[in-house]
Amino acid sequence: MNTLSNIEPGSEAERENRRAGVPMGLPGAAPARVPGRHSRKDYYEFKPYNVGRWIVWGGFALLLMVAPMLFTSSLAHTMLSQMGIAIIVCLSYNMILGQGGMLSFGHAVYSGMGAFLAIHTLNLVSKGGWPIPVSLIPVVGGISSMFFAVLLGYVTTKKAATPFAMITLGIGELVWASALMFPEFFGGEGGISGNRVTGPKPLGITFGPQLQLYYLIATYTFVCTALMFAFTRTPLGRMINAVRDNPERVEFVGYDTQKVRYIVFILSAFFAGISGGLAALNFEIVTSEVVGGPRSGAYLLFTFLGGATFFFGPIIGGVLMVLAGVLLSELTKAWLLYLGLVFLFMVMYAPGGIASLIMMNLRVASFGRLKEIWVSYLALAVTALIALIGAAAMIEMLYHLKLNAALGPELTFMGARLNAHGVDTWFGAIFVMLTGIGMFEVARRHYVRQWGEIQEYIEKEMKRRETL
Amino acid sequence: MSTAGPLQGAKAPSGGSATPKESRLGAMPALELKDLRKSFGKTEIIRGCSLQVAQGERIAVIGPNGAGKSTLFNLISGRFAPTSGEVLLNGHRIDGKKPFEINRLGLSRSFQITNIFPKLSVFENLRCGVLWSLGYKYTFLKFLADLDDANERAEQLLQMIRLHKKRDVLAMNLTYAEQRALEVGITIAGGANVILLDEPTAGMSREETRRFIELIKEVTVGKTLLTVEHDMGVVFGLADKIAVVVYGEIIAYDTPERVRANQRVQEAYLGSSVAHQQAGGH
Repeated sequence: MNTLSNIEPGSEAERENRRAGVPMGLPGAAPARVPGRHSRKDYYEFKPYNVGRWIVWGGFALLLMVAPMLFTSSLAHTMLSQMGIAIIVCLSYNMILGQGGMLSFGHAVYSGMGAFLAIHTLNLVSKGGWPIPVSLIPVVGGISSMFFAVLLGYVTTKKAATPFAMITLGIGELVWASALMFPEFFGGEGGISGNRVTGPKPLGITFGPQLQLYYLIATYTFVCTALMFAFTRTPLGRMINAVRDNPERVEFVGYDTQKVRYIVFILSAFFAGISGGLAALNFEIVTSEVVGGPRSGAYLLFTFLGGATFFFGPIIGGVLMVLAGVLLSELTKAWLLYLGLVFLFMVMYAPGGIASLIMMNLRVASFGRLKEIWVSYLALAVTALIALIGAAAMIEMLYHLKLNAALGPELTFMGARLNAHGVDTWFGAIFVMLTGIGMFEVARRHYVRQWGEIQEYIEKEMKRRETL
Repeated sequence: MSTAGPLQGAKAPSGGSATPKESRLGAMPALELKDLRKSFGKTEIIRGCSLQVAQGERIAVIGPNGAGKSTLFNLISGRFAPTSGEVLLNGHRIDGKKPFEINRLGLSRSFQITNIFPKLSVFENLRCGVLWSLGYKYTFLKFLADLDDANERAEQLLQMIRLHKKRDVLAMNLTYAEQRALEVGITIAGGANVILLDEPTAGMSREETRRFIELIKEVTVGKTLLTVEHDMGVVFGLADKIAVVVYGEIIAYDTPERVRANQRVQEAYLGSSVAHQQAGGH
């Protein structure tokens, strides 16, 4: 048999080989590496005995376990429970947004329908109709959402990109309108309430105390996160990335892109439904706003803030969603405005979200250069804080004038008394803000220069290592 | 044939002791076009193309810019549906079918403008290309890392297209020539037995083209190949037959020597190029 290295194109030898359909290997090429024994591959692929992965997942489980012991107030337990729920729903949303490139404006339809079906199931259990343990009710929520995704998703995933986004918006509005039209199912303005202390109580767990429910939510959070991560390591999980990147090419390697999107959409709805079911148990009431547009918008906003390009981004997003919704809204009436500003800056300067910022700095750290820029970070943070204080003073004064005019022009801001009618107060606030912005700009320029140099070094270093 | 290894795709019958099915396939054209036509609005772009490509043949499709070569490829591969006429792949009608259905029947194509998965690594690009043909379809109950056959095949493809050193580099960070190689890699990954390459060497230097054509020859051994190519030196070195497309019609379809001698082709298309090559003793 002739090897390809010594045959002439078009020669008899070459024709013979072609007829035989033989030499797919290359002249002088090393034998193909055997999977599993490939050292670099072990680093990139899911391997059950990967130490780093054990540490990360073990740490995550430990964090979920000890969090309520570190933060012991009842507010903290409520917030931790909500964070678990938010983490699941943001991760489920990212299955379609970050991994599938499907911008949905109606994800709350699936978490919301899961919540409604879950609360109805809970009430059936309470009436003694169904002997389902309360701990499995979120799964009922997940399965019902899957059912809705099978129905609605078929239409939605027929299209991709902008038409997809428009259809999800339409379906979101449709379900929202239905929520007002069918009070028997959606409970009208009062919503549907239930009682989670019901059904069989194995080991005496009633889920009455918040802490017991927290551990149920934490268990679901861990399992769902692990399942969604595992999904990214499966053939369908990879093909949805391919569909995101280049749907046309996917069609030419044998895959029906619509079917890929459809199945992933259904799976994503399952997890959204689980989070809805957990929310139903947590609040013991489900109102029609859970299927509404603002809820879908919040999922989008916080998934994006957390970082849609990395698997763990939505986990950060979910935590932020609860912190913003519970703490920030307590702190100031203008919390949505601050959130909008943060979102705006994030989209403009760090479209990969917080996760990408973390990963970029980890890369710098792995090349041992992070210590050079921490002073710059400190300068950026301090100057940004100064600018923020100035801006926030003005925002708060404006809100005070519009909403609390009856209380007089004075308000307390960061421990100081401000007169919202005083020219000097406004002048002072503007001065602080502009000073902050000016200093920030100086710090930013210095930082950008430093960052550029470091990136250049890293690129060079990577090329050098590649050639080794 | 053991040396052929797993790269002889699941759906690509090839080499070795001929089974009755294979011998039937051998007699049947790998690809056949019957009076294929395509109009965009009132303009007819493909005006009745008929062609028979035998199993294992290498065909170069040549013609001036705008002649309809890429449209012809788009019709065959299912990107566009023909207005009339038939396309047969191994005797099966495929006209009007969707691209993924045609791919599953054993036809794969590359694109004139590089069409890869930019945010996936080179290895992942290739693995995406092999998954369907190995029957993994839409599964989400198996880990990719455990799919030994798919991984082995993707690794072998990496070696074949000589990108094994760039295994974990994102496809968007490759050089242009490397991206073109990856494009071909994805195209052959599924083991299709009919390969369509649309201007695989477009935008490459002469030396790059020469090396790339060698690569194409190597990786398409035993397969039926149709390629659009502009470099006449390459065409005559690569093809068993040449199809000349001018204004949406195939005006000649024959061996390189006969096409070279064809008066109509010389007048319509080759002209100076052939004269130049003959003068240069090519």
